[in-house]
Amino acid sequence: MKRLFLIEFHKLKNNRAAKVLSLIYFILFSAIALFASIRFNFGSIDFRLADQGIFNFPYIWHFNAYIVAFLKLFLAVVIVSMVSSEYTNRTLKQNLIDGLSKKEFILSKFYGVLGFALASTLLLFIVSLILGLIFSDYNEVGIIFSDLEYIFAYFLKLIGFFSMCLFFGILLRRSAFALGFLFLLWIFEGIVQLFVKFQAESLEFIVNFLPLQSMGNLIIEPFSRLGIIKSAATQLNSEFEKSYDVEWSAILIVMAWSFIFIFSSWKLLQKRDL
Amino acid sequence: MKTILKLKGLTKKFGSLTAVNALSFNIQKGNVYGILGPNGSGKSTTLGMVLNVVNPTSGSFEWFDGNMTTHNALKKVGAIIESPNFYPSMSAEDNLKLVCKIKEVDSSKIDHVLDIVNLKDRKKDHFKSYSLGMKQRLAIASALLNDPEILILDEPTNGLDPQGIHQIREIIKRIAADGMTILLASHLLDEVEKVCSHVIVIRNGVKLYAGPVDELNATHGFFELKSEDKEALKQLLDTHEAIESYDEEENDLIKAILSQPYEAKALNKECFENQILLTHLVKRKETLEEQFLKLTKNQ
Repeated sequence: MKRLFLIEFHKLKNNRAAKVLSLIYFILFSAIALFASIRFNFGSIDFRLADQGIFNFPYIWHFNAYIVAFLKLFLAVVIVSMVSSEYTNRTLKQNLIDGLSKKEFILSKFYGVLGFALASTLLLFIVSLILGLIFSDYNEVGIIFSDLEYIFAYFLKLIGFFSMCLFFGILLRRSAFALGFLFLLWIFEGIVQLFVKFQAESLEFIVNFLPLQSMGNLIIEPFSRLGIIKSAATQLNSEFEKSYDVEWSAILIVMAWSFIFIFSSWKLLQKRDL
Repeated sequence: MKTILKLKGLTKKFGSLTAVNALSFNIQKGNVYGILGPNGSGKSTTLGMVLNVVNPTSGSFEWFDGNMTTHNALKKVGAIIESPNFYPSMSAEDNLKLVCKIKEVDSSKIDHVLDIVNLKDRKKDHFKSYSLGMKQRLAIASALLNDPEILILDEPTNGLDPQGIHQIREIIKRIAADGMTILLASHLLDEVEKVCSHVIVIRNGVKLYAGPVDELNATHGFFELKSEDKEALKQLLDTHEAIESYDEEENDLIKAILSQPYEAKALNKECFENQILLTHLVKRKETLEEQFLKLTKNQ
């Protein structure tokens, strides 16, 4: 495992595009945090996002995990290109000739995906922890480290999404096609959802099995929850029923998708003549 | 003698086209093999199959007596297929480091192999800044990193300028002289003739010949003759015991093929005694190219 990871790391380390995009990703990541702590002061308006309660423990885990997940698109580009460039440069062929098996090749790419997901998750944890410690109204250790399942959900969301990118890269061999296909899938899922909502409500369970939707289901939007938290101090909200928890079903579905994507990448590569 | 590679009825079909048809041959340690064949005869497909990048339709192959998986066997092989494939934005050194990681060998040999191909002073430069000749030399360096049991070269001089071709040939000759087993695929016959001890000739995916170069060349040669008295010369050749047949070529040249060893001196003497004055007399052996053309034409 270490050997395969080092092989992939060596490739990424020496790839300028991957380095630049990863750097932009991690800078944007931190920039979001900084942006939230800026105090806007226009005459009579004195506004600071950080004072709106978004950085309160444990809500901050949920909020940050949801927001920074949008940035995963940057890394998706890196992952798609790190697969498709192996085709266009014919280095995949050379890797195999040099003695890497097709299985090892896919595994090394998967370890790369794992590395990116782990690094992002770690950064999310650290940035959120720091922001929380600065701005949170609650600082008890028990509260700080509650609701950490959102961090895990974020990690899984990235694994699922990157595995999908990996598969598209292997399937289509060109970055532009793979990213275009991702976009098409997004539109397709949107159409399916609309159709189910207005035409076939009995099929609603299917929507949760769509790859992108299932990844979205991991972390429910946190905005409506913010109001509740603010008002919770004044009144007990008993009739509100929406669950913001990370559902086991969503976890299992995303895990299954990740496995399917990686496994099919391997099978696809095995069947192909290069 | 140790067998390095064994092909048993290896076949590859692309749709209705049979690119390689039930190919069987053995590669023994210590020999230099040439795979000969015109473009599109299935050379690269054959190499692709034994190198794990093309899936065989049927048949099998065995590396080193078949007691290890193909990808592990390939760690002991050095191979270059078609164009040199490396990561363009990596330096030569970093590219070779990656190959070391894949082959699981120590990276201490990098400087040594770069020295063999005269690229040591360019090792920090990006691969994309290299000329084709340098890229091809880097590919050879990369193939030598693991002290391979066999070196496989597919069209190593394709697309190179005369100087590049010369450099690559010199490198191959030097490596061959060190006793390394080499498998060289090429459609350039003089290339094969210069370095190979054995040849495998294939056409349309079918094996036509496999064996030592000498045996492919095992004729007694031929005479090129010219005389002003052509009819008399032909008459003499008709009845001559050592002449199997003759052809008239351009410029009144007559090519007489020998059926047994015969000296040019003796033939010259006989002609003179029969009052035929030769204006041209050369005894030659057929080149590999002529042999090859004959072999591929007859089938």
